[in-house]
Amino acid sequence: MNAVAPPPLPAPIGLLAELTHRCPLRCPYCSNPLELDRRSAELDTATWQRVLREAAALGVLHVHLSGGEPTARQDIVEITRTCAELGLYSNLITSGVAGALGKLDALSEAGLDHVQLSVQAAEAGNAERIGGLKDAQPQKFAFAERVTALGLPLTLNAVIHRGNIAEVPALIDLAVRLGAKRLEVAHTQYYGWAYVNRAALMPAKPDVDRSIRIVEEARERLKGQLVIDLVVPDYYAKYPKACAGGWGRRLMNVTPTGKVLPCHAAETIPGLEFWHVQDRPLGEIWADSPAFRAYRGTEWMQEPCRSCDRREKDWGGCRCQALALAGDAKATDPACSLSPLHGKVQALAVAESALETAPDYQYRTIGGAPRVATPEGAPV
Amino acid sequence: MSLTPDSVPRLPRGVRLRHDTVRDAHVLLAPERTFDLDPNAVAVLSLVDGTRSIRAIAEVLARQYEAERSVIEPDVIAMLDGLLVKRVLETVPAA
Repeated sequence: MNAVAPPPLPAPIGLLAELTHRCPLRCPYCSNPLELDRRSAELDTATWQRVLREAAALGVLHVHLSGGEPTARQDIVEITRTCAELGLYSNLITSGVAGALGKLDALSEAGLDHVQLSVQAAEAGNAERIGGLKDAQPQKFAFAERVTALGLPLTLNAVIHRGNIAEVPALIDLAVRLGAKRLEVAHTQYYGWAYVNRAALMPAKPDVDRSIRIVEEARERLKGQLVIDLVVPDYYAKYPKACAGGWGRRLMNVTPTGKVLPCHAAETIPGLEFWHVQDRPLGEIWADSPAFRAYRGTEWMQEPCRSCDRREKDWGGCRCQALALAGDAKATDPACSLSPLHGKVQALAVAESALETAPDYQYRTIGGAPRVATPEGAPV
Repeated sequence: MSLTPDSVPRLPRGVRLRHDTVRDAHVLLAPERTFDLDPNAVAVLSLVDGTRSIRAIAEVLARQYEAERSVIEPDVIAMLDGLLVKRVLETVPAA
């Protein structure tokens, strides 16, 4: 009995189902990969339903129906109904534009539990510039109105960056006006398209600090009316976030083509072997896929993570960010103040946010991956 | 906005009490979050049905646990107040 037993495998609690990469919006902060999957390669309905059954048996409680725009799938109502039949909590993460409103009543009837609606800004002109779609804002408002009329709980999600950080107070007012129960003030996470657009998106530190104070004040003022979740920007943080609640501990992500990822940016790490739902049951993938095993737990860690008291709190931060900024996926996430690269990363953010004119956005498009996949100055 | 013994609490749409068979535990499923529940919370929430008042809930629990309702009621209110403020519980408007 000398051998130390390996820690028991945790059961996943959440499944991010990226049903499609198609989306009417073209947000430059999108965290989808640069090489977007095409419709012809997407999983069919029956495969998604099998994935959901396997997820429920494995211990998943929440399913996030996402994308891209999930309502672009013809079978979104069927998929939602399957979630309800399995007792899975279904969360629709939507832009609320194009065909979304037309499907909402059927989704509600099928047993949808919750709607998370994105807004790019409170002011229509700015919102539509960021999202790259004209007349999006009135569609979003009409969609929100129907969500609350149906009695569905509504969360508003606002990704915050240089182009809308001044609108945080207006976004809070908007959430109240639209009858949202929750608001996510989510500072941009720099993966995928957001990473390419980082210099155009990075806000200045004083503006970030002000936005945090505004949220804290509003939480107090709106207690019991609006719950506000705040995701602080990594580059200015003291400690990194526990990415996906720790690699291979709580979440898994199935891409439109059936690849199973420990987090939505995991494909940026070269050399990881991902398994597909078409080839194996989800439980086997969760337990044994090389990609999930690569950074699960703490064994893979280097210093300063390895001996750190926080190693089971933040699990070393984000592997994808460690790779992008430190050039090594096993390094401490440079968002952490204990990383030797933290100073450089902060200086980079300060320099980018100080650009007098932000660079133009490289809008997200399928088949439109920019040739230069990394912004200037990275990896640091 | 705090609960009283006359308040009639209910779970709003989008909030569900569920037994998680894989972990053999009760959880409260809510938008973007899962609340782990201790046995006391499960006992209270199992009685939240949109018709019982908090007083009635405390009475049932008092019988179950052979305790005084006056002792149990403040704990029930405190626990449900916590959920109310997180917007995962609501009250039935008085008729």
